[in-house]
Amino acid sequence: MRPIRVLVAKPGLDGHDRGAKVVAAALRDAGMEVIYTGLHQTPEMIATAAVQEDADVIGLSILSGAHMTLIPRVRQLVEAQGRDDILITGGGIIPREDMDALQAQGIGRLFGPGTPTTELVDYIKDWFASREARDTAKSGT
Amino acid sequence: MLAPVEKLLKDFDAGTTFALARAVSIVENQRPGVDDILASMHPRLGKARRIGITGPPGAGKSTITNLLTREFRNAGLTVGIVCVDPTSPFTGGALLGDRVRMESIALDDGVFIRSMATRGSLGGLASTTREVADVLDGFGYDRVIIETVGVGQSELDVARTADSTVVVLVPESGDSIQTLKAGVMEIADIFVVNKADRPGADRLRNDVELMLGLRRGASYGNMPAHHGVDLKRAMNPARAAREDAKLESPDKWTPPVLSSIAAKGEGIKEIAESLDRHFGYLERSGELRQRRRERMVERVVEVVEKRMRQRILDADTVAWVKGRVDELESGSVTPYVVADDLLKKFGHLVTGATK
Ligand SMILES: Nc1nc2c(ncn2[C@@H]2O[C@H](COP(=O)(O)OP(=O)(O)OP(=O)(O)O)[C@@H](O)[C@H]2O)c(=O)[nH]1
Ligand SMILES: [Mg+2]
Repeated sequence: MRPIRVLVAKPGLDGHDRGAKVVAAALRDAGMEVIYTGLHQTPEMIATAAVQEDADVIGLSILSGAHMTLIPRVRQLVEAQGRDDILITGGGIIPREDMDALQAQGIGRLFGPGTPTTELVDYIKDWFASREARDTAKSGT
Repeated sequence: MLAPVEKLLKDFDAGTTFALARAVSIVENQRPGVDDILASMHPRLGKARRIGITGPPGAGKSTITNLLTREFRNAGLTVGIVCVDPTSPFTGGALLGDRVRMESIALDDGVFIRSMATRGSLGGLASTTREVADVLDGFGYDRVIIETVGVGQSELDVARTADSTVVVLVPESGDSIQTLKAGVMEIADIFVVNKADRPGADRLRNDVELMLGLRRGASYGNMPAHHGVDLKRAMNPARAAREDAKLESPDKWTPPVLSSIAAKGEGIKEIAESLDRHFGYLERSGELRQRRRERMVERVVEVVEKRMRQRILDADTVAWVKGRVDELESGSVTPYVVADDLLKKFGHLVTGATK
C-alpha cells in the first residue's frame, strides 16, 4: 500500500508551530508522508498546497480561535478544485460544540489539546483504509 | 485506455491543477494508467528546461529554488518544482518541508510545487523523478526545477536527469572540498557557494575553482603540442578555471563557481544568467539534443525491463521456480539452469502472449 500523504499546516497569526511540528513528526513516524508548510498559512495557501501535493488528508493545528471560519473555508476551496474526497482533521483549542458543528458540515474529527498523537494516527489510518476499500469496490478490481 | 485516465488526461489538457497533481501521483505510485499518461506526454516533451538543484542538507537549496522561480516568473516563464526528500528506512514515513521556504511563490498560478519522498523507489528514484518531470514538462511548464538532497548516489542520479545541474555548497559543509562526496563534482554544471555571509566562503570558492582548474590542467597534457601550455595558467589553476568559465566556448563548458547569500536574495540573478548561458552552450554544442536522445533510448530500455518483469515474473512463474527449490537445495541444478529453463518455458510471455 502506498503511504498516506498528509499536509500539515498551521493557519492563523499566532506565533509558534511547536504543536504542528510534534504532529508532523508523529505522523511521519507512523509511516506517513507529511508535507509541512509552516506558519501563518492562509486557507488559500493550504488548499493550493493540498491540491498540488494531492494530499489525502489536511491536518490543521489551530489555536487562534478562528476555526469556525478557517476550516470551512479550506474545505470550500479544495472542493472548488475538485477535491471533495480530502479528509480535514486536526486539533487545537476548539470548544466541543464547535467541533460538533464542524463535523456536521463534513469536517473530520478534531482533537483537543493533550490528546495523544496516536489517536490522530489511528483515526487517519482507519479513514484511509475505509476510503481505499470503498474505491476498490467502486472500480470493481 | 481506462475511462478515468482518459477523463484525467482531458482535464490535464485543459490545464487543471487537480488533474496534473493526480497524474503525478499515478506516475509516482506506478498505478494503472501510468503508461497511458507517459505515452501521452511523449510528443510534448522538450519544452521545459530541466534544472537540478542539489547539495548537502540545509545548504539553502529551497531558498534558492524559491528565488530562482521568482526570477523566472518575472521573465514571464512558468515553473514546475519537484522537491525530493528522503524516506525514513525504519518507518517508511517522510517529512517533506521544502515548501516552508517557498511561501512567496505558493499562491502563484504559474507555479506548481510537488514534494516527493524517495520511498523504496521501485524502478529507481531517478526514473520516477524523471517521469514526474516529464509530466510537468508535458503540462507546459517552461522551467522544471528538481531539488534533491545530495546525500546518496540515487540523489545524484536524480540531478543527472536534469539538463543543467546546480550544486549548492556552504562554507560549513566541510573544511575542504576533499570531504565532498565523490560524484558531486562531476555532475555540477554550476557551483554555488551559498551562505557567503559566513566565514570561509571565499576559500571554499577558491578551493572549488582550484580543483576544477587542476582537473582541466590534467587534460592539457593530452592536447596537441601546437596548443602550447600557457605557463601562467598552469601556475594558477584556480584563475584558469575562473577565466575559462567566462568563455563562450562552443564545445567545452567550465562550471562557474558563483557565490550567493540566498537568505538576503543576493547572487540569484547570476545563477539565472549562468543557467541561461549553460543552456545556450548545451544547444550550441549539440549536447542537449544528444542528451535528450540518450534519454529516449534509456526510457525504452527502462520500459522493456519493466514489461519483461511484469510479464514473465508473475505469481505463476515464481511458483514454478519455487517448485524447483528442492533441486536447487540438493545442488542438482544451479540457479542459472533454472533461469534458462524458465526463459525457455515462459519466454513467449515477453512479447505479450498469454499462457
Ligand atoms: N546565513 C545564511 N543562511 C541562509 C542562507 N541561505 C539560506 N539560509 C538559511 O539556511 C536554512 C536552510 O535553508 P533551506 O533553503 O531550507 O535549505 P535546503 O538546502 O533546502 O535544506 P534541506 O532541503 O532541508 O536540505 C534556512 O534557515 C535559511 O534561511 C544564506 O545565504 N546565509
Ligand atoms: Mg530544501
